Amino acid sequence: MTAFQSLSRAMLFGYLRDKSALFFSILFPLMFLVLFGGVFTGSGVSKSQVVQVGAVPVLDRAAGELGDVLEIKKSNDLAAAQDEVKKGDSVAVVTQQGDALRLYFSAADQVRAATVQGVFRQIVTQANSVGVPQKYTLATQQAEDDSLEVIQYVTPGLLSWAIAMGAAFGAAATLVTWREKRILRRLRLAPVGTGSIVGARVLVSVVIALIQMAIFLSVASLPFFGLQLADAWWMAIPLIIAGTLTFMAIGMVAGGLAKSAEAAAGISNLIVLPMAFLSGSFIPLDSAPGWLQTLSNVFPLKHLNQGMVDVMVRGQGALTALPELGIVLAFGLVIGLIAVKIFRWDSI
Amino acid sequence: MGSTIIVNDLRKHYGQVHAVDGVSFSVEEGEFFGILGPNGAGKTTTLEIVEGLRQADSGTVEVLGERPWPRNHKLLTRIGVQLQATSFFERLTAREQIRTFASLYGTAPKKADEMLATVGLEDKADTPAEKLSGGQAQRLSIACALVHDPDIVFLDEPSAALDPQARRNLWDLLRRLNEGGRTVVLTTHYMDEAESLCDRVAIMDQGRILESGPPAALVRGLDAVTRISLETGTISVAKAAELASPDDVIDDDGVSLTIATRTPAVVLTALAERRLLTGLQVRGATLEDVFLNLTGREYRA
Ligand SMILES: Nc1ncnc2c1ncn2[C@@H]1O[C@H](COP(=O)(O)OP(=O)(O)OP(=O)(O)O)[C@@H](O)[C@H]1O
Ligand SMILES: [Mg+2]
Repeated sequence: MTAFQSLSRAMLFGYLRDKSALFFSILFPLMFLVLFGGVFTGSGVSKSQVVQVGAVPVLDRAAGELGDVLEIKKSNDLAAAQDEVKKGDSVAVVTQQGDALRLYFSAADQVRAATVQGVFRQIVTQANSVGVPQKYTLATQQAEDDSLEVIQYVTPGLLSWAIAMGAAFGAAATLVTWREKRILRRLRLAPVGTGSIVGARVLVSVVIALIQMAIFLSVASLPFFGLQLADAWWMAIPLIIAGTLTFMAIGMVAGGLAKSAEAAAGISNLIVLPMAFLSGSFIPLDSAPGWLQTLSNVFPLKHLNQGMVDVMVRGQGALTALPELGIVLAFGLVIGLIAVKIFRWDSI
Repeated sequence: MGSTIIVNDLRKHYGQVHAVDGVSFSVEEGEFFGILGPNGAGKTTTLEIVEGLRQADSGTVEVLGERPWPRNHKLLTRIGVQLQATSFFERLTAREQIRTFASLYGTAPKKADEMLATVGLEDKADTPAEKLSGGQAQRLSIACALVHDPDIVFLDEPSAALDPQARRNLWDLLRRLNEGGRTVVLTTHYMDEAESLCDRVAIMDQGRILESGPPAALVRGLDAVTRISLETGTISVAKAAELASPDDVIDDDGVSLTIATRTPAVVLTALAERRLLTGLQVRGATLEDVFLNLTGREYRA
């Protein structure tokens, strides 16, 4: 075995045998996934409930036949009804102004969305066939504009966070404990280059990140959670590798500054956790104030997040994530240079 | 034959502390060299400068014709180092530790396993390094230093934390290494260890080398007394004074009566003629006396 291979092996074993590292990088983020994804999406509608806002005479006429497909709920507050649709409590909202029917539907559940649109198209066609000059029109609009169902949003966000945290903690903790336990000093006396040591750590971190990804996606894709991956989801792999590098560099900086492993964990937490909130890993930034959305651009996690959401669930092409990939890597390069500057072999 | 290690006027200070204060020595190829001194004497600092782990403030070091600082790859494969504080990879077993170290030097795993057996740790091979006892960890650390067959071995207090049996085994191992032609440099607190192992010792205190040379020569060069002790009551202090020379010192602490003499033969003959040998003990000068003589202080290892 080469020095690089045996160091990688030593680090991987050290990681796999560390129960708390396993917990924090894999189980802990999964608990969040279960919490967000499971609790908030569990409230599905059984029958397709449609909210009718104001008078919709066309619907009243067809009510008899619709009873077993749609459940009509009446309301006068359009905004509240739209909110209900966004949350997934109802499938659609319908309004009628003169001859124009407007249907706001949720794309969260694509089957229901298609059904409800089909049903309404049929209703309008039938109504038109009675009065000879076609007069009713149907306009459909997605209620969430471009926001996504909880699991769709939560999975890439939490995965980015988990990877950021795992990489930063891993790098910081290894660096500090290896320095404190003088293993770095000892390695300095062995014929290994800094490149092999850092390279081994990078390899191990990337492997861990890909394992995190595999576990995350398998769990989120269980029918209970129902994650639907878009075609270009594989583009998340280079994004994750880039994110791992960048957050390792952050962890190396934290490890370079910290005097103890606890301090290193604390510093990386202090950096990654607020960043996760401000970058929209937990809660979408769509409804955040404009200044916050602007501010979020200074965080690499925001770009990682953005790229992951785009390719994994928004169904955008692989190439659209390239700018984000570049930005994440650029962050990594700059922070990495800082990390190299403050690298110390030992505390003496 | 050339010197393997040449150290010239080495200095290193930490704040006000002159940890190493003008140290010069050289070690020949194949020699067993010891640095002896109390806590804080500057042994570790000196050794780590020679190994290339610390940078000296001034002075020069040459090891196998190379300068160890900054990190010199040409030296790394040829030296083996056991640091004073043991250092292991986290959560790896003893076997994994030594195999990892071996592979860093391109040494086969089989060789690593043999080394583990040599230091008597086969039955601990699957124990995580964190769970080894102090002495076992020390032995593993020594094994890791030796696994790649280095030309020069540096050991910083290798027998610390070892029980008497393990200490003897270590001595045997180190003697075998040295007989195989390797240069060994060790630091120790133990006078007996230095006397028993080293071809030459340097006695260090407060950052300086006070004296160096073969242990026997140092002891012999010392104008030291021999202590002859008898069980108290065997002979009275007055009687003892009669048969000793005028400048001998006689002391009775209630357990034993001790005659410190420069003419042990005369005193011993006189005692034997009178058949006054109950509890007789004769102790010649040791490195301890050399230290006492050099510093005026008792050796406090
Ligand atoms: N990194 C350091 N920072 C500050 N002071 C140091 C450092 N290393 C050593 N010293 C000081 O230098 C002096 C010599 O220390 P050194 O470790 O060389 O002693 P030693 O002879 O190896 O002692 P021991 O027998 O206890 O191992 C001590 O007074 C110590 O406090
Ligand atoms: Mg020391």
